[in-house]
Amino acid sequence: MTYSYFPGCTLKNKGRDLDVYGRAAAEKLGFALEELPAWQCCGAVYPMAKDEIATRLSSVRALMAAKEKGQDLVTLCSACHHVIKRVNGDMQRDAAIRDKVARYLNLDTPYAGETKVLHYLEVLRDRVGFDQVAKAVSNPLTGKKIGAYYGCLLLRPGKEMGFDDPENPCILEDFIRALGAEPVIYALRNACCGGYCTMENRDFARKQVDKIMENAKSQEAECLITACPLCMYNLRENATDGLPVMYFTELLAKALGVD
Amino acid sequence: MQRIGVFVCWCGSNIAATVDVEKVAEALGQEPGVVFSANYQYMCSQAGQELIQDAIREHRLTGVVICSCSPRMHENTFRKTVEKAGLNPYMLEIANIREQCSWIHKDKLTATEKAVILGRAAIAKVQLNTPLTAGTSPVRKRALVIGGGIAGIQTALDIAEAGFPVDIVEKKPTIGGKMTQLDKTFPTLDCAACILTPKMVDAAQNENITIYSYSEVQSVKGFVGNFQVSIRKKARYVDETKCTGCGLCTEKCPQKKVPNEFNLGLDNRRAIYIPFAQAVPKVAAIDPNYCTMLKSGKCGVCSKVCTAGAIDYQQRDQIIEETYGAIVVATGFEPIKLDRYGEFAYFQSPDVVTSLEFERLMNAAGPTGGTLLRPSDGKHPHTIVFVQCVGSRCDDSRGKSYCSKICCMYTAKHAMLCREKYPDTDVYVFYIDVRTPGKNFDEFYRRAVEEYGVHYIKGMVGKVVPQNGILKVQASDLIGNRQLHIDADMVVLAAAIEPDKSARPLATMLTASMDTNDFFTEAHPKLRPVESPTAGIFLSGACQGPKDIPETVAQASAAAAKVIGLLAKDHLSCNPCTAQPDEWMCNGCSSCEKVCPYGAITYAEKDFRGPNRTTLRRRVAQVNPAVCQGCGACTVACPSGAMDLKGFSNKQILAEVDAICR
Amino acid sequence: MLDVIKEISGVNPRKCMKCGKCTAACPAFDEMEYHPHQFVDMVETGRIDELLNSKGMYYCLSCFACVERCPRSVEPARLIEAVRTLALRKQGGDHMTPDMVPGKLDENLPQQAITSAFRKYRK
Repeated sequence: MTYSYFPGCTLKNKGRDLDVYGRAAAEKLGFALEELPAWQCCGAVYPMAKDEIATRLSSVRALMAAKEKGQDLVTLCSACHHVIKRVNGDMQRDAAIRDKVARYLNLDTPYAGETKVLHYLEVLRDRVGFDQVAKAVSNPLTGKKIGAYYGCLLLRPGKEMGFDDPENPCILEDFIRALGAEPVIYALRNACCGGYCTMENRDFARKQVDKIMENAKSQEAECLITACPLCMYNLRENATDGLPVMYFTELLAKALGVD
Repeated sequence: MQRIGVFVCWCGSNIAATVDVEKVAEALGQEPGVVFSANYQYMCSQAGQELIQDAIREHRLTGVVICSCSPRMHENTFRKTVEKAGLNPYMLEIANIREQCSWIHKDKLTATEKAVILGRAAIAKVQLNTPLTAGTSPVRKRALVIGGGIAGIQTALDIAEAGFPVDIVEKKPTIGGKMTQLDKTFPTLDCAACILTPKMVDAAQNENITIYSYSEVQSVKGFVGNFQVSIRKKARYVDETKCTGCGLCTEKCPQKKVPNEFNLGLDNRRAIYIPFAQAVPKVAAIDPNYCTMLKSGKCGVCSKVCTAGAIDYQQRDQIIEETYGAIVVATGFEPIKLDRYGEFAYFQSPDVVTSLEFERLMNAAGPTGGTLLRPSDGKHPHTIVFVQCVGSRCDDSRGKSYCSKICCMYTAKHAMLCREKYPDTDVYVFYIDVRTPGKNFDEFYRRAVEEYGVHYIKGMVGKVVPQNGILKVQASDLIGNRQLHIDADMVVLAAAIEPDKSARPLATMLTASMDTNDFFTEAHPKLRPVESPTAGIFLSGACQGPKDIPETVAQASAAAAKVIGLLAKDHLSCNPCTAQPDEWMCNGCSSCEKVCPYGAITYAEKDFRGPNRTTLRRRVAQVNPAVCQGCGACTVACPSGAMDLKGFSNKQILAEVDAICR
Repeated sequence: MLDVIKEISGVNPRKCMKCGKCTAACPAFDEMEYHPHQFVDMVETGRIDELLNSKGMYYCLSCFACVERCPRSVEPARLIEAVRTLALRKQGGDHMTPDMVPGKLDENLPQQAITSAFRKYRK
């Protein structure tokens, strides 16, 4: 199976690990990620104002490129996934936005959200299957207690993201189990890391991260995994006394025995 | 040619404010066949009815059209009016110019025009009306109550008291329902068991009451006065007539790890069990999902220890067929599942419980013997947070749109009892509104605050984080405009309540209507609150909407009064608007027989005179007018147009349509 | 201005039943002078100027916890974003300018942080 792939700006740079391990693991698991040729930055935050059109265009261009190829669009970065998935939802549901976008891009037929947007984890769960992932594991992480850190962007708003139960998710836990490790459930796994406010007020971000770390440690997690470069940054840089944090793809590559 | 009188009602300002009643009366007075036309402020009042009767006599009217409210409201009233003046009651038609006109239009011109058109249609129909006479059908003097909670028990006791036999069908192995699980009851704090168990015993000992426990209604046929019901009595693998309820089997059964539903899974029971000590009937039942003997044929301990020889592993479900004159639905409620409220960590921490679970933890017959202990470590909790409206008053897909009504009061009760029994506890209640409209209810809530020192906080809990053996509660205090962080030992969630899951399939069997939340609909929200719109079906308790115990009992007795009124009659007059086949047009296809929900249609071979003195034998439809309820399904199903409904013939309906389109 | 906020947010503040769950869920409570439930109320009663001058609104993390947990589907985060958007769209309304960025950079700061901050703080 071949998917159109939208890496996003951070994955070409500071978040390289998320991308590199993700691609290598995909190869091992038998699906291909075909990078879109001329993708542009998604903008990193979803434009909530309904009258903002320009900030939606890069997502629409990526979505249309995937549509042309007849492929589903896969993302790895939580933020890219969040933005592209929600813009796609706007194109499906909001006629005013759809028409304005069509005028901006000079489209004969408006794009109406036909492309299916999948996060890499959804590909593992729904297309490959965690049972198949488990079978492909050559280096099981037996005995390791790992906390999934979801953050906000993959889960919320639940109605639009349709990713997992936004208050009690399990996809990363199932993923951890598939790799032979033991998932650690802690309540703040869907709390915010401080996000972009770290640019404005680092102390504020530190307070968020410390709470999350304390909660994860109380349930005896040894390390955390995430799918978001900004979460990664906050968890690593702003923790007073934090646990080690990895991208989920790094863990996957390790278990699959790919370098 | 009919001599028709038209009577336009103002309904005070309900109609007259939007419809020009004078103009309507004047316009309809011009219609062919109309010899009299009038308007009046309240046509249903005594003066209004006399106006109609005088006109019938004076103008020798043969048909009457009343332009007023919905026929559901006053058709019967006006039928009696015209009958008293010597007219056949079915020579009356109602044009609904209130619900279908004045209430939904704002523009007077449009509304007036529409009222005239509706009146015209009714006149066109009454032109073709023929006098109809109602037959009668006998009433089976026995009632069925579905559900054996406090609602069903009270209804059954009241019906039995009036001398009629009544059967209770209860799906659980014992009657008693939710109330058996409660500790104390607001606002008087008497113990639920002390007031309920005597009633359960009364029901069991009343010679007019038969209890079918561990049983479910399987099918319902028939109509008011004559419902044929089959009841499935599930195999309990114990002979009810032999079991003495000694309980020895429930102590000796080696299968000890069965979640005890009576205590909501907070402890375990055996595979053979009696739900609780005061169960009625006090007879054991074997849970086939856990019994080793039933699953693998190995064990048989209960059979060996039973001195009464009551264990019967070969027992099968049994079907009971019975006929009833009336059916009362008392299927009750369930708290909603909380699996979509992960922010409260209900599935993450055993110390987050529902209010019903909390009842069990406070109850002397509960898993902790009435001492409040944390489920996680059995320690005494010091800080307890109650959260109200969990899943109530939601417009999202997670919860229910309605107020569950009972939570404010039972939460006040829980908070008060906590503080009374354990003065060292800190008790917080987070509320959106405190709703206490009941006798002595608000006084009760104020006592919780003023005398018992419960911290009532206007706000909500946003997140519960289990950490190092405590529950970190993040909440809002809207009056103080602050966010609170409370380290709690227990969190109690007031989960919304919803109708029992058995209600929906039952409603289909009974052809009784439900609202979008699966509560049974009453015939009139104010004036007929305990009757279903389906004749002979009555509603008792929370199956009709959220209710506390006093309200449930009141409604249960009201439903019983309605049933007694019905069963006191020997005969019911039937609806004369029944189906009638034109035997010459009938081609014997059986379509009508297949669609009839009441089994009113049969087929007969009949001889007809053919051309040249020949005789034709043909198979034609026959309608039993005592069984036909006039639903009209057959008239639409008939491919040759042979079936007609008296009072609603195809010709009459087309005449109405023609009059509207004119 | 009230109409613009309602339009670009798509939020009907009348749906609010004042339960306070948004404020209970908000991780940025301590940083804001007006909390999510107040935002909804102040938009409804037209107190827009006070909101526009609020510094705390820049600390809304857009984590959508209020959106997720609101039992009436009010979506307070959209209202906060709409007010913020109005403030930023004014001449000289930017909350962050490019010359402020170099001082905030460190070796590991992901591009995503800079992009989101610019999208959130500058128009």
